[in-house]
Parts: sequence; C-alpha cells; structure tokens
Amino acid sequence: MSQRPSNAPLHNNTIRASLAFLVMAGLLILIGVSQSWALALTILNLCIISAIMALGVNIQWGYAGLFNVGIMGFAALGGLAMIIVSMPPVKEAWQAGGVRVLLALIAMLITISAALFVHKLLQGKRLHGWLIALVILVGVVISRYVLDPGVAAIEAVNPASTGYLGGLGLPVVFAWIVGGLLAAGAAWLIGKIALGLRSDYLAIATLGISEILVAVMRNEDWLTRGVKNVTGLPRPVPYELELQQAPWFINLVERLNSGSLMGLNSTDQAAVLQTLVVDSASIFVKLCYTGLFALVLIIILQLCVLALDSPWGRMVRAIRDNEVAAGAMGKDVTGRHLQIFILGSAVVGIAGAMLATLDGQFTPGSYSPLRFTFLIWVMVIVGGSGNNLGAVLGGFLVWLIWVEAEPVGFWLMDALTSWMGDGSGLRKHLLDSAQYMRVIIMGAVLLLVMRFSPWGLLPEQNR
Amino acid sequence: MTDYLNALVVFANFVFVPALTYGCQLALGSLGVTMIYSVLRFSNFAQGETMAFGTVITIMITWLLQSWGVSLGFLPTALLALPIGILVTALLLLATDRYVYRYYRTKRSKSITFVMASLGVMFIMNGLVRLLLGPNDQNFADGERFFLTADAFRAWSGLDEVLVIRTSQALTIILAVILVVGLFWFLQRTKTGKAMRAYADNENLALLSGINPDRIVRITWIITAALATVAGVLYGLDKGYKPLSYYNLLLPIFAAVIVGGIGKPIGAIVGGFIIAFSEVIVTYAYKKVLTYVLPTDMAPDGLVQLLSTEYKFAVSFVILVIVLLVKPTGIFKGKVL
Amino acid sequence: MTYLVGEGLTGGYGSGPSILNGCNISVDRGEIAVIVGPNGAGKSTAMKSFLGLLNLKEGKVTLDGRDITKLAPQARISEGIAFVPQTDNVFVSMTVEENLEMGAFLRDDDFTDTRDQIYELFPILKEKRFQLAGQLSGGQRQQVAVGRAMMTKPTVLLLDEPTAGVSPIVMDELFDRILEVKSTGMAVLMVEQNARQALEIADRGYVLVMGENKHTGSGQTLLADPIVRKSFLGG
Repeated sequence: MSQRPSNAPLHNNTIRASLAFLVMAGLLILIGVSQSWALALTILNLCIISAIMALGVNIQWGYAGLFNVGIMGFAALGGLAMIIVSMPPVKEAWQAGGVRVLLALIAMLITISAALFVHKLLQGKRLHGWLIALVILVGVVISRYVLDPGVAAIEAVNPASTGYLGGLGLPVVFAWIVGGLLAAGAAWLIGKIALGLRSDYLAIATLGISEILVAVMRNEDWLTRGVKNVTGLPRPVPYELELQQAPWFINLVERLNSGSLMGLNSTDQAAVLQTLVVDSASIFVKLCYTGLFALVLIIILQLCVLALDSPWGRMVRAIRDNEVAAGAMGKDVTGRHLQIFILGSAVVGIAGAMLATLDGQFTPGSYSPLRFTFLIWVMVIVGGSGNNLGAVLGGFLVWLIWVEAEPVGFWLMDALTSWMGDGSGLRKHLLDSAQYMRVIIMGAVLLLVMRFSPWGLLPEQNR
Repeated sequence: MTDYLNALVVFANFVFVPALTYGCQLALGSLGVTMIYSVLRFSNFAQGETMAFGTVITIMITWLLQSWGVSLGFLPTALLALPIGILVTALLLLATDRYVYRYYRTKRSKSITFVMASLGVMFIMNGLVRLLLGPNDQNFADGERFFLTADAFRAWSGLDEVLVIRTSQALTIILAVILVVGLFWFLQRTKTGKAMRAYADNENLALLSGINPDRIVRITWIITAALATVAGVLYGLDKGYKPLSYYNLLLPIFAAVIVGGIGKPIGAIVGGFIIAFSEVIVTYAYKKVLTYVLPTDMAPDGLVQLLSTEYKFAVSFVILVIVLLVKPTGIFKGKVL
Repeated sequence: MTYLVGEGLTGGYGSGPSILNGCNISVDRGEIAVIVGPNGAGKSTAMKSFLGLLNLKEGKVTLDGRDITKLAPQARISEGIAFVPQTDNVFVSMTVEENLEMGAFLRDDDFTDTRDQIYELFPILKEKRFQLAGQLSGGQRQQVAVGRAMMTKPTVLLLDEPTAGVSPIVMDELFDRILEVKSTGMAVLMVEQNARQALEIADRGYVLVMGENKHTGSGQTLLADPIVRKSFLGG
C-alpha cells in the first residue's frame, strides 16, 4: 500500500488536484448559499483541522508505512496542551496541592527511568520482566501515596468552577506548539518500544496508549476537570460580543451594506444594522480562525514538501521503497521510522490543540476512536496515501461527507420509510439508527477505496 | 483463624472467581485472534466487534425465544440461542473474507494492509451492531441467578463472609473448558485440524501436500466466529451487554495474545489469564481483606486500591510493553518480525 | 518409452524472460537422474517445470506416455509426482509422524503400511517419530522431507538439492538412502550442487548451461568426460 504505483497515471495530477479543490470550494459555497455562511465556515474550519491531522497521519503512513491506530490520543494531548499552557493558573489549587503534584510527577519520571535502567541492566537475564513490573508497581504506589492527598486538596478548591490546577496563562499559539511537543513525546516513547518489531505491534501499542491517555484525561480532574470539562479556553481571535460593540466594526458593516441600508428609515436602519452586525461578527470570527488555520496548514504543507526534497526525504523514500536494501546499505531504518513517527504525531498534536481552540473548550468525553482515529484514516486513504495534497483533499472531502451524511441519511431513511406510517415501531427504530449508517458507509468507503483505488483521489507524484 | 478464612473468602469472592471468569472470556477471545493470526497472518482488529456482533444476534434470538415462552429452566435462554448466533456470525465472517480479505490474500499483500482492512471491517461491524440493537446497555440473562448462593455458602461454612458464584460465572468456566478441550482435540487429533496447523506452519509445503487453502481459511473463520460469539455472550451474561465494552476488550485481547506468544493457542489461554488476574488484582480495593488479616489497630483507612478501575487497561498496556521490551516472542515463543 | 519426459522445455516464471531454452530431461522408473550445472543455469527451474510451477512457452511433459503439460501442480501431485523443496521442507512445529501424515493428506485409504515402509527406509525417523521435526538435525530433516513426499506413493520423486548445507558424512548417508528409494521402483530426479558425488549414483546426468543441455549421458560417462570434469567438476 505504501509503495508507489508503477503504472498509475500521474501526469495529469496537477489538473486533478486543482479540479478536486475547485469542486470542494463549490460544495462549500453551495452550503453557504443554501444553508448558511456561518455553517459553511464552521465546516471549512473543521475541514482544515482534519486536513492537518490527515497530513500528520500521511507522514507516518505515506512516508514510512507506519500504522498509527492512536490518533485519538495524540489529538487529545493537543487539547490538553491548551489547558496547561493557555488557561490562567488557579493559585489556591497550586497552594493546596501543587507541591504534591510536582513531587508525584517527579516520582513517576523516576519510576520510568528506573524501569528503563532495570531493562538495560538485566537485558536477557532471568526475572528481567518481573523486576520491571515490580519497579513500576512500587513506583505507582509511591506516586499515588504522594499524589492522592494533593489531588483531594486541589479538587476541593471551588469544584464547581475550577477544582483543577489551571495552566500557565500563556498565549494560545504556545499551546499549539506545546501540543505538538506533548504528542511528539508520547510518540517517542511508543516508537522506542514498538518500532523495529512486527509492523502490527505499533498499531496495537498506539491503540493502547491512546486509550490510556484519554482515560487519564477523563479521570484526572485535578489536571483536566475530567468530565466536568474545561470551558472558556482563551482565543487567539476577538470575541463576537466585543466586536458587536466596537465602533470600527459597526462602521465597517455599515459601509459594506450601505447599498441595502440606504432605502430604509432610521428606526428600521438601526434594527437591520443590529442584526447585520451580529451575523457579521460571527462570520468575522470564523474567518479569523480560517485565516489562522489555513496559515498553519500552508506552513506544515510547505515544510513537508521541503523535507521530502531534502537528502533526509530521499533517504526516507529509499527506505520506504525497499526497506531491506536500504538497511543493507547501512541506513538506520528504525531510527528513521522513529523520526517520522514523532514528526507525524506532533502534527496531529498541533491539530488537536487547534481543535480545542476552535471549540473553546476541552471535553475529554468527546474523544472517540471513531471520530478521531478511524475518520482520519478514511481521509488519508481516500485522499491518496503518500500524497500530502491528497491527504489535505481527503481531510476536506471526508469531513464534509461526515458532517452532511447525518442529515442526508436521516432524510433518506425518512423518505424510504414514510409508507410505514408514523406509528410504526420499525420506522422509529430505523430513523433512530440512521446515524449509525454513516459509520457503516465510512467503513465501506475505506474498504472500497483500498480495494479499487488504492492510490486514492490524488496518487503520489513520481519524482 | 476464622479471620484468615474470612479474608480468604473475600479474596476468592471478589478477586479469584471474577478474574477466573474474565480470564476464560479473554482466553476465548484471544484464541480467535491467534487462530486468524496463524492461518491468515494478520492481527484482526475486528475481533472485539465480532464478539459484539455475535452477542447481539444471540440477544435478539434470545428475546424471540423468550417471547415464544421457551426457556432453559435454571440456565439462561441465551444458551439455546447461542448456536444461531454462532451461525450468523460465521456467515458474516465468511462474507468479510470473501469480499474483503480474499483479494489481498491472492495478491499476497503485506500484513499491514490486512490490518487496515480489518479496521474497516471493525467499524462496519461497529455500526451494524448499533443499528441492530441500539447504543444502549442490555441485560439478557435469565434463569437462576446464582450457582452458589450466599445462604448456601454460609450454611456450609459458618463464616461471616460469603463466596457467591453466579450462574454466568460457572457457565463461563464450564463452557470455556469444553470449548478449549474441543479446540485442542480438533487441532491435535483430527486430520483437518492437523492440516490447519500444517498450513499455519508452512504454507507452501501445505500446498505441496495437497491441502486446500480455501478450506483451511473457511474453517478458521468459522472457529473464530464460534470462539468470539461464545466469549462475547458469556461476557455479556456476566457483565451485561454494553456495546462499547467490546471495543475496550480489544487491548486486553491483543495483550493476552502477545504475552502468550502470537500464533500459539496455548499462549493465548495463558496470556488471557495473566491479563485477567493482573487487571483484577491491581484494581481491587483490599481494605476488607486487610481488615481481617491485620490486627485491629493497623486496619487501613483508605480503600487500599493500587489503581482505580478506570485504568484497568493500563494494566494490559504495561504488561504488553514489558513483554515487547523483554521478550517480544512471548512466553511460548510465538512468531515475531 | 521413458517414464517421465520433458521435451524441448522453453519458458520462465510468469510473463518473465525464458530461463529454459529447449532443454530435454527424462528419467525412468528405478533410475536416478541428476541435473548439474553452474549457478543460474536453470537447474531448479527445469525441475519445477515438471511440477507445473512454470509458464511453458514450448515443449511438453509426459508421464508414462500421457501428456501432463497442462495439468496444475495440485493435479500432478495426485498423478504421482512428489516434490521435496530445498528449504522449509518440513513442518517444524509438528512431529515426524504428523509430517508423514500430512504427506498423505490427499489419501483417503489406510496409509499405515506406506508409513511403515518409510520407517523401514529411514529407521531414524521411526526412532524420532514423536519428536518435533524442527528439533531434528539437518540430515534427519531431509529424511523427513523425503519421507513426507513419499507418503502419496508417488512414482516420481523430485528432489531440489537434498544435500545443501549438510556435512559430507550426512551427504553420503543421504545418497545411500536415495539409492534405496530408487530401488523401490521410483523415478528420482534431483538437482545437485555436489555434482561429483551426485553423478556417481546417477543413471542419467544432465549438465545444464544457460537453460540448454550442454552434456548428457550416464553419470559415469559424464564423470569420465574430461571436458565436463574440467569445466564443471573442478578438474
């Protein structure tokens, strides 16, 4: 799968890509005209974030054939970064239990180092595994002994609104970078363990780490407020309410709509202007996000292109096309794979942080493997594995389908079952289940594309 | 002395019996993964959802039987529905093989392609399961609730604490033993079973010996369907049917398979018990046990729980990581690389 | 009429280039035919053409006078052709006895007497019948492999380098066994790297170069031929 097609038609790829993106733009405009512009922009923003996530996964899959089933966990780490970087610190909570939390974190780090030390020391000897298990067990007991009273104290601080440590209160953009770093750290750990072994071990290990990361975020209230969610994350863009009161913005809206406002009397004019300002404020905010996200997407995309054309990129492609030969020529295959895995995960982490920024809140309960792992995979495969532009296109297209599939599915099921009459239990059951149809359809799309068009919409360019 | 006996009974009731039951369920699920691995050579990510699907079909048939007034007396009606559940699941798996995996097999694709295809199958099944029975929890256990009741145990032992064995637990252990013995008999003694091992061992030589690969693959899927459905139904009877919990079984199952040695049936069973016992032992709150064992003034205040139950899959994961670091081939030297 | 005949064999794997260019190889029952030649001469390929693993562009293969050129590998096995690959030729995770049983997979009748015959031929296998084939030594494994192939009661035995990687003593022992196999009326065709020793027991010898017959004759003739000695047997 991860190898280049030998006889795929590649010459018309630029035309194909431009056409595909034109179609995407057309679809979004259609939604804007027929439903609302605010909705079209919301979808577009999520499309861009999806595209960045798909780009990250494509780096791993397309460049190295690494199968990451833990995208959810890396995206959630990005969200976590938003809390620990950009939320204001809760001083009382820090005073109540901050020291214990820090000590416990140190204890955990020592545990991991000690486990790794035992691993190095006893390699190949008897009781090797048991001793590592013992070290971890003792580490867990000690860290919990330190942590638990601290956690209780922190969570007791004004539990309705805080009850957690808060963050550092830094600007949001730092959080995006930290999100990437956190994800990279997790990827380093997993990659160290599972790379160089069977290819499906990485898949299983990533599945595991992502479940654990999300479980931690759901349950460690002192860190993330757990299922109580952290709302009101700071924004890199202005708030709608402020805009609605800002004279320059009102002036701008007035000038832009001067034509339609002219013929009205002054009372009507004020009322219409009021609604226009409210609508425009929401669209303006969304446009700001769009600009910001698009900038990140373009930077990452450009970095990908540069990286692939560098000597490093050539080595990566050589390894992918023939791992054995590259290994025989003295290339460090596992080391290269580790780099790629870390880079790709970091990109997913950045996108995860951006998603939390867009949502304005961190909701651990919303991280499901379906939405965050599976859907991203469909994007990568549909778009064209190995092709960065393809991944972006896949991100756009699949997200659009995913969002629009539910209403369309419901409408379709409604139409198909309308002859049954409103009292029919079967009809109700089918209507209730319409939402699951889109999961089945997405699964089918994945399998069909894999089988009949394994290079996706935009096959990789031959260089 | 009675204090120690009481402590022992508490331990047996809350740790040993539940872990044994859970271990049986995991072992059956892991056997399915190991069978697919040794014959088709990929890690089947759809195993958890296959278990869920088999359970859903069994639940629907159970309800149908109950509406007809059919029951099995003190045993759950689901036992009667089980064969049909297995049959339908087997048909579904055979269909996935025919329309998904066979193509990659004839193309001799890399194993990671199969894994990815199994992810697609997993999500189709995920939707299918919810389409059929909705996203809600279901309880479909009927018949006698207890195999060993609290009163019976107290009358027999005269202790304060009781050991209770639920029918679903007893049934799990009995069925698992029957199934495992049957499977090993099949693999070791029958011609088809031996052919299956031969095919798993050396595909080309098996072809040279005239073994029909399509037949071997078909039988493997049918056995996997049986194992998955029984494991899923027993899990559902024991803990109630929750659609998400079957997805969450995937990690313990993979951990069990790798710990035991991937491709080794005996490894899958041992791995299943290792994971199950570790999970239950680490997440159990020992306050009650310690209160009996320790002198009164040393009795613990807290729950004495190493890890809260929300983190039980962290246990599977840590064991998995240790095995990958220390001995990637697992206890019984399975295949690696 | 010779029992197994390959005439004017031309072809290669799949749609690839031809590896064989009109080579002729035949062996009768109760005979050993040996194919020798330099690396890349198409020795193994020639043998595989008898098994049907090759895309033959020209030429035909006959077994006891019947044309089997179009038969699939599986069908040829039931026609009485057995093949022992060079490597991975036993089921390592199964016992010796189970290996033999798998050899008889296509047989529905009672095969215990065939098995006993094989145990007679290879006494060491009887001794180790309940051991895993993967735990045996190289020479013993080769005996298991030959025994497995003989379980279908074949009339033709194709051996791909049976002595590759075994010590000289074991090699002599293996050749002795193969002579015994031949004496049961089997037609034995083998490819060998140890050309000199193999030709010593060969009734027919074929020296292949570039997919063509370079020298043909009885084993003794070839061994005596100075050109063959000089070019292929190292003087």
